[in-house]
Amino acid sequence: MIAPTTPRKDMVMFIVFAIAILTLPIWMAPLGGSYPDLLQKFAIFGLFAVGFNILFGLTGYLSFGHAAFLGVGSYTAVWSFKLLSMNILPAIFFGMITSGLFALIIGYVSLRRSGIYFSILTLAFAQMSYNLAYSVLTPITYGETGLQLAQYDPRILDAQATVEGGGIPLTNLFGLEMQGWPGFYFCAVVLIIGFYIAMRITRSPFGMMLLAVKSNQNRMNYTGLNTRPYTLAAFVISGIYAGLAGSLMAVTDPLAGAERMQWTASGEVVLMTILGGVGTLLGPVLGAAIIKYFENIFSAINESVLHAFFGFLPDFIENGLVNVASLFVGKGWHLTLGVLFMVMVIFLPGGVIEAYDRIRKRFFSKETRSSAAPQAGDD
Amino acid sequence: MDAIFLQILNGLDKGGAYALIALGLTLIFGTLGVVNFAHGAVFMLGAFCAVTLNKILTLSQRIRDESVTFFEAYKEVPYLEVWFGETGSTLIEYSVPISILVAIPVMLLVGLAMERGLFRFFYNRTHAEQILVSFGLAIVIQEIVKAFYGANPIPQAPPEIFAGSANIGAMLGMSEAIVYPWWRLVYLVFAGIVIAAVFCFLQFTTFGMVVRAGMMDRETVGLLGINIERRFTIVFGLAAVVSGLAGVMYTPILPPDYHMGMDFLVLSFVVVVVGGMGSLGGAVAAGFLLGVLQSFAAMAEIKAIIPGIDQIIIYLVAVVILLVRPRGLMGRKGVMET
Amino acid sequence: MKSIITRRGLLKGTAAGAGVAALGSVAPTHFIKNAWAEEFRNDPTNKSAITLGFNVPQSGPYADEGADELRAYKLAVKHLNGEGDGGMLNTMKPLSLKGNGILGKKVEYVTGDTQTKSDAARASAKRMMEKDGVSMVTGGSSSGVAVAVQALCQEMGVIFMAGLTHSNDTTGKDKRRYGFRHFFNSYMSGAALGPVLKDEYGTERRAYHLTADYNWGYTTEESVKNTTEALGWETVAAVRTPVGAGDFSQYITPVLNSGADVLILNHYGKDMVNSLTQAVSFGLRDKQVNGKNFEIIVPLFSRLMAQGAGDNIKGILGTTNWNWSLQDAGSQAFVKSFGQEYGFPPSQAAHTCYVQTLLYANACEMAGTFNPVEVIKTLEGFNFDGMGNGPTEYRAADHQCFKDVLVVRGNENPSSQFDLLQVVQQVPRSQVEYDPSIFGGELGPYKA
Repeated sequence: MIAPTTPRKDMVMFIVFAIAILTLPIWMAPLGGSYPDLLQKFAIFGLFAVGFNILFGLTGYLSFGHAAFLGVGSYTAVWSFKLLSMNILPAIFFGMITSGLFALIIGYVSLRRSGIYFSILTLAFAQMSYNLAYSVLTPITYGETGLQLAQYDPRILDAQATVEGGGIPLTNLFGLEMQGWPGFYFCAVVLIIGFYIAMRITRSPFGMMLLAVKSNQNRMNYTGLNTRPYTLAAFVISGIYAGLAGSLMAVTDPLAGAERMQWTASGEVVLMTILGGVGTLLGPVLGAAIIKYFENIFSAINESVLHAFFGFLPDFIENGLVNVASLFVGKGWHLTLGVLFMVMVIFLPGGVIEAYDRIRKRFFSKETRSSAAPQAGDD
Repeated sequence: MDAIFLQILNGLDKGGAYALIALGLTLIFGTLGVVNFAHGAVFMLGAFCAVTLNKILTLSQRIRDESVTFFEAYKEVPYLEVWFGETGSTLIEYSVPISILVAIPVMLLVGLAMERGLFRFFYNRTHAEQILVSFGLAIVIQEIVKAFYGANPIPQAPPEIFAGSANIGAMLGMSEAIVYPWWRLVYLVFAGIVIAAVFCFLQFTTFGMVVRAGMMDRETVGLLGINIERRFTIVFGLAAVVSGLAGVMYTPILPPDYHMGMDFLVLSFVVVVVGGMGSLGGAVAAGFLLGVLQSFAAMAEIKAIIPGIDQIIIYLVAVVILLVRPRGLMGRKGVMET
Repeated sequence: MKSIITRRGLLKGTAAGAGVAALGSVAPTHFIKNAWAEEFRNDPTNKSAITLGFNVPQSGPYADEGADELRAYKLAVKHLNGEGDGGMLNTMKPLSLKGNGILGKKVEYVTGDTQTKSDAARASAKRMMEKDGVSMVTGGSSSGVAVAVQALCQEMGVIFMAGLTHSNDTTGKDKRRYGFRHFFNSYMSGAALGPVLKDEYGTERRAYHLTADYNWGYTTEESVKNTTEALGWETVAAVRTPVGAGDFSQYITPVLNSGADVLILNHYGKDMVNSLTQAVSFGLRDKQVNGKNFEIIVPLFSRLMAQGAGDNIKGILGTTNWNWSLQDAGSQAFVKSFGQEYGFPPSQAAHTCYVQTLLYANACEMAGTFNPVEVIKTLEGFNFDGMGNGPTEYRAADHQCFKDVLVVRGNENPSSQFDLLQVVQQVPRSQVEYDPSIFGGELGPYKA
């Protein structure tokens, strides 16, 4: 089923991963992506996708409503900032708890069905959450304009943060403000911890049980084993990951909006996971990074940037190239993303991770692997 | 009473639209098992067949517009009117119905091209890969349409005789207050005809029989020496035509824009699944059911009891049905349950 | 950059470096706040150019509006740098700009896509501030985005000049010291419609509201309702509709037999195009109720929406911030240079974005510095004229511009494809002014 691994190999991968994440600011610089907000997004959505993969990659249950947990985590965290304290620990704690509870309820109901019926149930719950949060729940969620901090929020645990005429205090970890680079390093550390836990889950007997559910649930049932508690646990764990990601979004940028829960947001994490490689550990993080990179960097390349880029060429070639290239960047960044999805899946069905494996196989063919392609998708 | 009658009418009209959109999807998704996220884009392409034909018919001579003095602006007079006068104007007026004739071959080609060029390589791939590739395709189609037509909705007028409302109340001897737009009535009838045609085609022709058999058990049909692959290609084409026609006829109700496919995508999946995987009848029934319930949920009397019910009714119904009936209204066992 | 290395110079250097070099510097930008009184984020003093961030919707339903905003911004940059015919620089009063950039620095710009989503808009704005080193962020075409980005800019200490945003909240309960809005708001729409509605439709009317079920819809409904009820109109019902409903028939049929004789559509964008098209197809415009012609009112109009709704817009009353057919010198100068550049007239979104850019630039020039604290103080209470809406004031109390509001009607006989709206009345500023305290909210401190 899965590529044979040893604890040592896992440890090497983990250490390489941790170093790669912590050094992102250095090696993203040549790619024009070295600024706090983008790297925070890499870490946060990487975490979201890693958690999603625990459900989808291991059990094969495709949830189309995971953004709801992200949204619930964000809302809880912002309310914690408003009511309790600007310290991020209670915010993260409550964000994970509420999204976990939310996931427990939705998971309990949705897991009564499988396959596409399960997907539609999760989608329905998420869409209901989104629609209500955007409209009739406006007193709690502040609807369209989003839940924001205000200068005179109660903040009962650290009321002294409210200074007369001093503006809104910043989110902090015992005084260390969570904006900019400290915010990134905090998210990065959380991602590395989350990644480590996901790795342990995957390699544990519990993880094997989930994989068994994926490969043949009927057989599992025939052996007299009730699989529901296992899948429900996986669902809740991935919901908590989503809630954690959501509260991190609020930590680095204290605002929560309803559109975070829309089906397109749920679809995005599905795409991230598939793009990177379903069922692999690193894949979802890579997929998340690729999509966020396109969204933030490609969308910002306008014609004057292109002219500067191609400026060394003769005018007529320059203009031609700019015209062609501008279809794919700036306002056309969606097109590039669509083409990328298609090309990836047509040529590299296992996602980015498979691309890596193929290259590895070609150059280090001595190192045989029983199954190079990671098991992608369900059935 | 009148209000309830009108809401039923609204519900049927909506239901007709939902059923028509879902019918195309259920042919591909419910029966061939291909998760096609590009289905909304196909619906949108249908609508843009109407827009394109209208653009062609109204190709215009540019005449300097003297009323704009700040800069050079041009007024446009369609060539058809210049050349044919009244007849030309009538042609332009009927551009939406005429688009149906254009849309059938165009959408058939689109469907065939999609199947031959892309989806046939994905029958045996995982759903995850089908999702990624069809989502990618949907984005590409959308962006191409946006590059040509922009993001703003483009209004399409129905022909003059269908432009107003019918006083149904007076016709049926009920209250005078029941009026309903002609074009929506046309849409309802049209949806009925298309649905009936598809059913007849699959029920009463040999081709349909083979396809239905193939949906049940592709392997056995293949062993009987029947080329089931080719027939599936045609089913794909058929699905594209049905969705495309739904799009064409919807343009006077909803001015089309490049994003309209995505707006209907989730809804069409919900309709198909609520109807039950693998069941055409289920999809149609679910379409009408959701349409009617959605209309009633919008009534002020009901919203007063449950605030915001109209926001979530579709999803609420979907949850209830899927919990009560594990495979939707009329789903078959074993289709996409793993 | 000077070669003498002092701590401050180094700080500035790193900040500037991180900003300019898109493909360079990894140095963490400084987060030491209030370390030096005159320090501020993205100080362009040591750079040859100043960068502005144009954050507009380039994908999603408002992409066309965003494209028009971007055209206006590019035009503004040209004019600020002394290229082209100068546009409103020729008509703006008082004017400190000299057509040599801002404070002698060439104006450059970066763009981003808001996708009309708060998260995407904030991400894009953050990129501009953290990576591209912009001194000002502007744009947007919805209130959700404007409010979200405005709050961010307050936090980051960069000025935000709002684009198209009409909700009362932007300069009401969610106002910020670093945010400025030139566009008008729901309250002003309601107030401006009042006298015209009285003249056109009398004082005995029964109104039915269909309202988009989110913040902007609520504030618009409230504002218009207050006005019409003051006229003596009765409100039959106010029904909330889900945003993006597509088909509104189930909300329109109850209007038919409600006894109402006016339908007010508090919808914007695609929702408005759809609901209006469908309301007209239900024959509402041809109806007679209570012996009066049934009327439809759309509180906020834009030309792009009018294009989307086609013939259905004819004869329908609404308000707009600005229209290209205005005859004052400022509007004419702008329409002329925009038309020559792009071949068609600008939309109201383009106008407000163009004006906002010029206002920011002018304030920097007047203040003699890019320091946002000084620029804000200059803009607060700034009185100007010659930019299209008559004498205008940026009110210090809430950063809302006060100017004349246009009540318009969908043109029955358009003379060109752009001539979709006809100005019925230019309602004077005095009629739409209000007490800034009614919406609550706090501007917050000058120092971010």
